[in-house]
Amino acid sequence: MADPATMPLIEVDNLGVRLNTSRGPAQAVRDVSFALKRGETLGLVGESGCGKSVTALSLMGLLPDSAIVTGSVRLDGRQLARLPDADYCKLRGNRISMIFQEPMTALNPMHTIGHQVAEPLRRHKKYSAAQARREAIALLDRVGLPDPARRVDAYPHQFSGGQRQRVTIAMALACEPDLLIADEPTTALDVTIQGQILDLIADLVEERGMSMILISHDLGVIAENVQRMMVMYGGTVVESGPTDEVFRRMGHPYTQGLFRARPKLGARKGTRLKTISGTVPELADLPMGCTFADRCPLVIDECRTALPPMVDVGPGHVVRCIRTDVSMAANVGALPA
Amino acid sequence: MSAQLSTPDDAPVATRFLPARTFWGRALRHRSFVLGGALSLLVVASALLSLVWTPWPPAEIDIASKLQPPSAAHWLGTDSFGRDIVSLLLAGARSTILVGIIAVSIGLSFGVCLGLIASAKRGWTEEIIMRFSDFTFAFPAVLSAIMLAAVAGPGMVTSIIAIGIFQIPTLTRLTRGSANAIWAREFVLAARASGKGAFRITVEHVLPNILSILIVQATIQFALAILAEAALSYLGLGTQPPQPSWGRMLNDAQTLLFQSPTLAVYPGAAIAIAVLGLNLLGDGLRDLLDPRLARER
Ligand SMILES: Nc1ncnc2c1ncn2[C@@H]1O[C@H](COP(=O)(O)OP(=O)(O)OP(=O)(O)O)[C@@H](O)[C@H]1O
Ligand code: SF4
Ligand SMILES: [Mg+2]
Repeated sequence: MADPATMPLIEVDNLGVRLNTSRGPAQAVRDVSFALKRGETLGLVGESGCGKSVTALSLMGLLPDSAIVTGSVRLDGRQLARLPDADYCKLRGNRISMIFQEPMTALNPMHTIGHQVAEPLRRHKKYSAAQARREAIALLDRVGLPDPARRVDAYPHQFSGGQRQRVTIAMALACEPDLLIADEPTTALDVTIQGQILDLIADLVEERGMSMILISHDLGVIAENVQRMMVMYGGTVVESGPTDEVFRRMGHPYTQGLFRARPKLGARKGTRLKTISGTVPELADLPMGCTFADRCPLVIDECRTALPPMVDVGPGHVVRCIRTDVSMAANVGALPA
Repeated sequence: MSAQLSTPDDAPVATRFLPARTFWGRALRHRSFVLGGALSLLVVASALLSLVWTPWPPAEIDIASKLQPPSAAHWLGTDSFGRDIVSLLLAGARSTILVGIIAVSIGLSFGVCLGLIASAKRGWTEEIIMRFSDFTFAFPAVLSAIMLAAVAGPGMVTSIIAIGIFQIPTLTRLTRGSANAIWAREFVLAARASGKGAFRITVEHVLPNILSILIVQATIQFALAILAEAALSYLGLGTQPPQPSWGRMLNDAQTLLFQSPTLAVYPGAAIAIAVLGLNLLGDGLRDLLDPRLARER
């Protein structure tokens, strides 16, 4: 076995997911590959429906039974794709955790928050009830819930949205996982609270040396919170690289479109990026060639013949486009060279 | 009403959280809950009373004083064997409730388990359970009672089992349907993401969240069981003499329908009161335990 210091924590190779949608089977994710070392952070960005959550759920083994997962997902070298559910249960919440978009619905209304935070500790770490409770109070304190010793026995509906999201973060981090997947953790929150929650997540990730996959449709969130990023479109990764590098010289017409269309400061919460002309293609009938061809300003006939290969355009920076020479000449990006 | 239970989003108020008081406060103001509760209590009280006291021994036959009109000795008169009607009604409530409780318990234990399993396993397990339940659903209680009676002989146990089996498919379907809705909720996904297996999720997340639906349905099923018990006893397949039962009283009264029609009215009214009471109670509970409000708890 390779040296654990250099071996990636999680290694995803050629991941594909086929789902049964209302319009028949569809390839929701194809050819997604990346590797993440311990302590590294990766951002996943793209419009609604591009496959970000499906990618995340496939890492967690939480896709519906009917989903067909191809390719490989390795955690510390161990194959996770198509792992039986009973084995996966031992990893979830223990070595890989996930935070969801809706703190309103991610907590069980029938149990106290203390119970819900302590529960993974009792199950995975075999803590006693008293130990788990003490740890839960400490965790709730760490995530910034006011007066945790008293509020630990309160029910989810007695908290505000931001506070509930802090509770789900405490829940996800209880067992000190190696990898945290945060699927749009602030989309449902007020703009003023979004920054606080993201800062909290970033602090905790750094403090505990975790790896993180942060999913967002907001380029600004990605720019500020992760070391590397992947842009997804129509189930494929269209651009990937170090965050600074990508923002310095955006290579894919789609990334550039996202950048130009980014919501202005102070936009209403939940605002979606809609200003690239055209709509996301239906997964069930994706075009043959480049998935972005129908909306791309630079499209030529050749784009429609086959899925473009990944092209190297900088250090660790790859773009799935055959016209990077033209697209990158425009020099779209925020950071000075 | 919902204003009482919802709390403003950014001003959580712990002191306003008084589920017990709000529940009873609302319950006692709910007309069908109160009326249904009162009628059901009346039936239960009659059954309990009959355990310690009846005006006359309910099974005592006294041909000399048969078919008497209401009097000070026999408040509602006597039947064709000279038995005291009031005593028969009180003791009949006992059989009714006994059969109802056991049959609904059978229906609930099997139905809820099968529904939860179908919902947790999905795939072919769900398919088999649901086809099996469709199959059972096609047999009315009377038909299974006749078949059972042919094998085991008629009697209270036969009718309990037949009614219990008849309850299973309805409860299986209801459980599976409501459990599937809970499985689709995000907190279940979050629970799975924290590593809980299907069994734990079923017990800790699914069951508590469908409990109010099950309670309401159990009340309605109880009413159906009472009707079924009366029907089976009436047909002579259920409770056997000398054990009193409302259905048997109807059967006895049938031959004398033109001579003394009131003999049929009393057990009929008792059955109607019990069924109406339970249905009203179920309706009241449905409003009070509305899942949309229960979710807020
Ligand atoms: N359980 C499912 N069954 C069938 N299709 C699904 C399922 N989950 C997602 N999909 C489909 O897969 C595609 C990708 O969905 P996904 O949830 O990954 O998008 P997303 O990038 O996370 O979008 P959003 O920003 O809205 O969360 C969508 O077209 C969606 O309709
Ligand atoms: S491959 Fe063609 S259609 Fe696709 S992004 Fe590049 S230029 Fe546009
Ligand atoms: Mg999503």
